[in-house]
Parts: sequence; structure tokens; C-alpha cells
Amino acid sequence: MKKRISLTLLVAAAYLLHQDFWNWEKIHPLVFGFLPVGLAYHVGYSLLAAALMAVMVRCAWPEDLDPAGTPPAGQDGSKEDPT
Amino acid sequence: MIPAVVVLVYLAIVLYLGIFAFRKGASSKEDYFVAGRSLGPYVFLLALFGTNMTAFAILGSSGLAYQRGIGVYGLMASASGLVIPLCLFFIGTRLWGLGKKFGHITQVQYFRDRWECSHVGTVIFLLTSLMLVPYIIIGIMGGGHTLEALTTVMGPDGKPQLHEVVRDGKLVAETRHWVGYEVGGAIVAVVVMSYVFFGGMRGTAWVNTFQTVLFLGFGAVAFALISKNLGGFDRIMSEMAADPKTAPLLARQRIPMAEFFSYTLIPLSAIMFPHIAIMCMTAEKVASFKKTVVFYPICIALIWLPCVVLGVVAAHQFPGLKVGESDDVILRLLTSNTDALLAGVLGAAIMACVMASDSQILALATMFSQDVFGYYGGTRRFGDKAQVWTGRAFVVLVTTFAYLVGLRLEDKAGIFELAIRFAFSGFAALAPVMLAALFWKRSTRWGALASTLWVASSMAALWWLHDSTTGIAPKPGQPHAVIFPALGAWLVRSPGGVLVHGFLPVLPMVLGSVFWMAVGSWLSRPPSTATLARYFPDREPSTGSAGSGRPLSADN
Repeated sequence: MKKRISLTLLVAAAYLLHQDFWNWEKIHPLVFGFLPVGLAYHVGYSLLAAALMAVMVRCAWPEDLDPAGTPPAGQDGSKEDPT
Repeated sequence: MIPAVVVLVYLAIVLYLGIFAFRKGASSKEDYFVAGRSLGPYVFLLALFGTNMTAFAILGSSGLAYQRGIGVYGLMASASGLVIPLCLFFIGTRLWGLGKKFGHITQVQYFRDRWECSHVGTVIFLLTSLMLVPYIIIGIMGGGHTLEALTTVMGPDGKPQLHEVVRDGKLVAETRHWVGYEVGGAIVAVVVMSYVFFGGMRGTAWVNTFQTVLFLGFGAVAFALISKNLGGFDRIMSEMAADPKTAPLLARQRIPMAEFFSYTLIPLSAIMFPHIAIMCMTAEKVASFKKTVVFYPICIALIWLPCVVLGVVAAHQFPGLKVGESDDVILRLLTSNTDALLAGVLGAAIMACVMASDSQILALATMFSQDVFGYYGGTRRFGDKAQVWTGRAFVVLVTTFAYLVGLRLEDKAGIFELAIRFAFSGFAALAPVMLAALFWKRSTRWGALASTLWVASSMAALWWLHDSTTGIAPKPGQPHAVIFPALGAWLVRSPGGVLVHGFLPVLPMVLGSVFWMAVGSWLSRPPSTATLARYFPDREPSTGSAGSGRPLSADN
């Protein structure tokens, strides 16, 4: 439960960090000489999103989804299929 | 001429990939529609990413960055980099699991079974099909225009050659092309139709993988070469920062905060796009999603960062372009800053994006063959092979229709582009339906129906509002126009479209969808315990509804 709450807070924090109002009217510094700070922030944000997903995969992967050993129902999508 | 040859070679390669996939695959419907659920992690990642990487996103982002600045990356790329992987993590994996367990291929099959109701599936099928068609038309139109632009005949002075033609009874001078719009559109339509027809999902996935690799690889080379040719982006950015006219493009003064926030809801659309949801069914193992969700934000950064930077740089190089004209700034930068061969390769990569309509055509054909032909007994009567051939016939039908509409309504492209913009909001607003189906046991068909009807009616209202306020739309930089004085600032018209209290319409659409899903579900009887037990096997059904668990029939 504690892990679930921590991950939920992490995702919520990441979502809020997207709204970087403090960079709104800033241009400088130009990161690497050509990236305005607001753009560099969001490139960093993309990397943060990748890191967050790596944490999610490691800590919250839905292990029970692979129905190995469960044969597909073999439905053809018709409404008469057994359900 | 060299770019045209490179593009034609590219088209021949993708055609070959489709035919090769046809020879390698089996003739079963699982193989044709979902590549036998056999894609490995890398092909799955690149194909899924390529499917989402459309001309509308690539060319549109650089065109928008030209007009509105670097904030476009935050609008379109970084928000997608978080929301799309989360959708794939929470929804995509579960769709995959249900598809593997129950044999579902489309979202509609799942909804019909989950809520024991054919009508809700039919309504969602009709709505999503309607929202998908404009993409396909724009894809074919974009292919024709891109091929035409890449085959411009240049004179000895290095400028495009002109020739006189009669248009509407008048003699006008037009640029000469080796391949005109009509022929270009036909070539693109035939190539896409052929590899989708033969290769099905396997061919489409391979082509999308090839396209993504091409764009990632040569995009980086072109980015570096354009920078070198222009004397370095650092010099250009410094000049732009010092000029009061261009400095706002390097910050976010042209993007209101409320719009920026509400844009984060748009990527919810990704998982409701039928072609993305169906693509989720193609992974061999659920573990294939692991690499996809981690690398997806990085792929987005690698593609969108150059597009946005080039769009902003183009404002320095080619000032004064109007909205719409700025969508081809990447092509302009390419042709004026790289040699013909590289311009051709990049042109091919852009063609690749333009041709992303392949997966949408296949998705429509899959939906028709599963949700209509299969559902109404066609497969039971005529067999698996007939279902595959129905899908193939539909591929031909849809592509031909899109081409003919593209020819007839070439000058009406703006309408289809507008439809795509609304469709993004519409698909995003359908996401609560999917979330409820997967995670809310108490959700019912009436909730889903109410939510879907809300999405359809709000899109229609939005279209009407947008259309009827075109005359009062302010120009960029001017204050928003009030639509109904009684409502004040609650409903205004901005240069880009209608805003609700400063937010994009997607925000009230998503909230409304959640509301109607909740109200409709609470006021109606939940699905039977048997159905709930199948879809939520780990927990005891707590609804108290003693349903029959009988097979779905047209009566319910």
C-alpha cells in the first residue's frame, strides 16, 4: 500500500512539474548555447518521464497479465460466441 | 530530380516489405489483423511509435513552433512523453492481456462483451470510424502534396520553373513538377494500399519500424548539417533573443498557461485511437511493453526537439509566413541547406510520416471485419478466410474513397485538418470509457453510452461554435472575442479556436465524459456476475446482480 501511494505521488508530481510557470517568460540561459531554458527544461522533463516509467516498470509491473497456459478463446468476434 | 528518385526508391522498399510480410505470414485472421500477436519488443516499440508519428504531428509541430515558439515542445512532446507511456502501462498492457485471453482484436469487441451490449459497441464503432476517416484523407492528400513539392522542376537559375495553365477559365502561372498532385496522391494511395492489402498488420508494423529508424537516423544528420550550414544554431538563437520581434518565440509568451495545461489531456487520445489500441494486441509478450514505455519519451524527444528547433529557426530564416504556409518550413530548410541526396532521403522520411495513414486504414478494415462482418455472423457462415478477404476488400475501398475525396476536395484540406483537431479531443474524451471498463467494476453499458453520446454531441457543438465564430476570430496578439455576451469570458474565441474559460474544449469534454459515465452507471444495473467474474477474476463480484451470464445477443 505504501509503495502504491509513493508511486501515485510520484506520477502526480511529474504531472505537475509539466506546468513550469517559472520558466514562462525566460529565455536565458541558453543551455548548450542554443536551447532556451524553457525548452531545455522540457527536454529534461522527457528524460524524467523515461526515468519515471523505468521506476514504474520495476516497482509496479502488472505481473499477472500474461495468461500463459490459458488458451485463447478462439472467438471470431461473432455475437454467438460462448462467453 | 534526385530527391524524387530517392523517394521512389523508398516507396519501392516499403512495397517490398509489405509483400515480403505477405509471403512470410500465415493466412489466418490473427496473422493478418494482429501479426499473429508475435511482435518482439524492438519492432513493437518502433512500430507503435511510428504509428503515432503522423505528418500532422511532425510537420504540424514545426509549423506551430514557427508561429508560437519553443513552448510547442511542451504542448505536443513532453506531455505526450509522460501521458502516452502511462496509458500504455495501465491500459495497453491490460488490453493486450484481455486480447490474449478472450481473443479480442478491437476495442469494440471488448466493450460489447464487458458490458453485455451490442449497441454501445456499435455507437463507439460509428463514432471512432467517423473520427478516423479525416486522417486517412489528409494522409493521401499530404502524400500527393509532398511528392509534388519534392519533384519541383528547377530552372538553370536554381529557381522553380513556371508554366501557364488554365484554371477556371483563366490563364495562370504555376510551378512545374515532375509528379503532379493527382499522380503523386495516386502513387501514395497505391503503395499504401498494396502493402496494407498484402502485408496486413505484419507488413504495416515492419514499414512503420523502417520509417521510424529512417526518421531518427537521417533526422539527426539533417539537423546537424542545417546547423552547420547556417553557422550554428547558437548564433541564430542569440540573434533571435536579442530581437524584440523574435524573442517571444524563445519563451512561452504566445501560449496561455490554461491552454498549456489543458493540452496535457490531448495525449489521452492515443490509447483510444483504434490503430494504437489494435497495435497493443500485436506484442508477443506483455514484457514487450516494458521497453516501449521507458523508451517512448526518449523517442519523442529525439523526433520533436529537432522539429521544434527547426520551426523556430525557420522564423529567423523565412519570416512572415502565415498559418498554414509555415507547415512546410522543414522542407524549405532541407532544400536550402542540404545537398540533393540528403534532401531526398529526408523527403522520404517526411513521406514516411505523411504515409502514417497505413495503420489507420488497416484499423478501419480490422474494425469493419471484426465488429460488423464477424459480429453479425459473417465469419461463422463463411469462415476465417472470408473475414480476412473482407478486411482486404475494405482496405481497397477506404483507400480509393480517400483518394477520390482528396482529389475532389483538394482545396478543402482545412476542413479535414480541423476535423482531426476535434478528433484528438474526441478520442481523449473517450478515454474515461476505457478506464471505466478496465478498472471500475460497477460501470455499465448505460454509463458508456451516455459518455459516448456526450462526446459525440460536444464535438458537434464545438464544430458549430467554431464555424459560426470564424468571422469574429481575433488575429494573433489580439484579445479573445466573447461569443455569447451573457456568458462573458466563459466561452471565447481565440485565433486558434473556441476556449472554455481559457481552457481548450478537451478539458470540459473529458470531465463531462467522466460525469456521464458515473451518472449513467450509478443509475443502471451492473453487468451480470458471470461477466464480472470473467473480467475481474481475482475479486468477488460485489454488485449483487445475479445476471444470467448468457452469451451476448442482439436483444441486449
